[in-house]
Amino acid sequence: MSSETGKILTTDGIPLEESLKQSEKKNKIKAFLLVAPLLLFLIITYMIPIGDMFSRSIDDKMVTNMLPKTYKAMENWDGKELPPEEVFEAFYLDYKILVKNKTAGKLQTQLNYEKNGFKSVLKKLARKQKKFEEGNYKEQIMKVHKRWRNVEYWRAIKRRAPSYTYSKYLKGIDMYSNEDGKIVQVSEDRRIHRILWIRTVEVAFFVTLFCFLMAYPIAHLLATLPMKYSNLLMICVLLPFWTSLLVRTASWMILLQQQGIVNDFFVWIGLVADDNRPEMMYNKTGTYVAMTQILLPFMVLPLYSVMKTISPSLMRAGKSLGATPATAFFKVYFPLTIPGIGAGCLLVFILAIGYYITPALVGGASGTLISNQIAYHMKSTLDWSFASAMGLMLLTGVLVIYWIYNKLVGVDNIKLG
Amino acid sequence: MALPKYTEPHYRIWHYFYLFVCGCVFFFLIAPLFVIFPLSFNAEEFLVFTDGMKRLDPDAFSLRWYNDMIYGTKNPWGLAARNSFIIAIFATLGSIILGTLAALGLSSRHMPYKGLIMAILISPMIVPLIISGVAIFFFMAKVGLAATHLGIILAHIILGTPFVVITVTATLSGFDHSITRAASSLGSSPYNTFMKITLPLILPGVISGGLFAFVTSFDEVVVVLFLAGLDNTTIPIQMWTGLREQLSPTILAVATCLIVLSVLILLTAELLRRRSERLRGINR
Repeated sequence: MSSETGKILTTDGIPLEESLKQSEKKNKIKAFLLVAPLLLFLIITYMIPIGDMFSRSIDDKMVTNMLPKTYKAMENWDGKELPPEEVFEAFYLDYKILVKNKTAGKLQTQLNYEKNGFKSVLKKLARKQKKFEEGNYKEQIMKVHKRWRNVEYWRAIKRRAPSYTYSKYLKGIDMYSNEDGKIVQVSEDRRIHRILWIRTVEVAFFVTLFCFLMAYPIAHLLATLPMKYSNLLMICVLLPFWTSLLVRTASWMILLQQQGIVNDFFVWIGLVADDNRPEMMYNKTGTYVAMTQILLPFMVLPLYSVMKTISPSLMRAGKSLGATPATAFFKVYFPLTIPGIGAGCLLVFILAIGYYITPALVGGASGTLISNQIAYHMKSTLDWSFASAMGLMLLTGVLVIYWIYNKLVGVDNIKLG
Repeated sequence: MALPKYTEPHYRIWHYFYLFVCGCVFFFLIAPLFVIFPLSFNAEEFLVFTDGMKRLDPDAFSLRWYNDMIYGTKNPWGLAARNSFIIAIFATLGSIILGTLAALGLSSRHMPYKGLIMAILISPMIVPLIISGVAIFFFMAKVGLAATHLGIILAHIILGTPFVVITVTATLSGFDHSITRAASSLGSSPYNTFMKITLPLILPGVISGGLFAFVTSFDEVVVVLFLAGLDNTTIPIQMWTGLREQLSPTILAVATCLIVLSVLILLTAELLRRRSERLRGINR
């Protein structure tokens, strides 16, 4: 009974607690409804497609769907010896339909990935199968080509039975699963992707480092100068920031070309001979120089906004207590700027690791990065599942960096000017 | 930053060295932009400073590349500029509307799962562009919007909203909610309160977010490369093709125009920033 009397009622006769809960709920719904349009829009047009990339990257239904009877018949086959007659029959029937629908070419290509030389064997079967008689398909198929007696080829078909595969991911790190199902590395001269991954991380790392080394002094200068000078100098940072990426890349292409101004300058000061001008574009140098300049504002702005909040009296206090300027700087000032350094480095590194335009234009063959490879497979080879796999590997990398950063510095400490 | 008189010589040297380094970095940042200016007035077809230009000979300069940009035969720039502006304007409007609404909801203290939702909303900014490009292309291809203006506009709304969300939530963080409550208690409808009270106060944040969204869309090339067909080329696409195939001075004329545009945008953004700081200063 005591609980009954203890309740405070509103004028409507509803307990106050309930009424408050209701209005809280209403407010929650109201707030959520405001966010809902954008959230739904992003989930449908962005989050789900990224998930779709994943299903594309592991999808391997093509072969499975082309040979339904064969895989059903193969279920009981252990793969040690040649398959029984029923598998041959099922394969003959599946293949007959494919040839009739003119889709046998796809199967030939796919199985050739699995076992070299499969294409010619299948092509021959496509020609000969028209004259097949009913019954005893095992003999008839083996008569077409002697390789049908080799159990390796049947194993190759069986390997493609699952509808899902992680082979694209293995390909992304230059590995593949061989005939015995073991994961091995591709031969040395074909390991292109690993080089690209290493180069991407290397370029992103050094660009971040260069940006940091260049941004720190100017951010400090901007934060300590009187307002009227610093505003003017800030334009030097903000104008490139607002200028089109392609315009800035174009200006580097002009500067770095062999007859360009940088080379002219080197010749003029006598660093290089006029007839021996170094190639500074279409290689890694070009990528480094252009990317550093383009990403520099992204380092300066967070650093500046953090340094702006550090009171100059702190350094003075340190010095008056007997610290040399260097000690005062490293013990007092530098630790206070760490949130800015973290934000700037994270921003520049993440931007650099996914950079595409600048490396493609000034990078040449030795300066292209993993994004260029993704774009190449999207636009040229049309191997979209491989492009998806590589994209997701890159995304995982970015998320891991983000996670580590969050553990070390905390994302809430990011300041963007 | 004048040094005090009692500064020891080696600190003095160190200080001048520091200023020298800063000067070099500023030069590195800004100088490349100024190469484009004079070369776009080159009378020759080469992208180097000719002897005539070095002597400041008036005959070495001309407006022929600007002429080519506007009246050139088979010139792609007119169409590209029109497409770019249409796409950027609609993408900006879309980003502003969706982003501002979301920011209003997010800054309400009743909002559930704030962290997770914020992470989703700003994810297009964190995910590398190339991945966004692939994902958005798959979606647009599936719903049949690849190679249409609408598809590109939607893609740019995805990329532009995070900026609006961030700038508007930042503006709202200094917003005094008792003002809107006062308006409601005086009998104003929620719509009226928003239009007359909230919107004018957060407008600087909205516009500067919109500027970011506009520039993002106007300068975006990675996603458009996947999405655009022949009818939807934009200025960045044309520049990309031009830079890949042959660096012609016409591109520099276009680039000069773009630099002028970015100066205008920079000035607007600066004015807005100062205004917003002033407004926030009053609130405190």
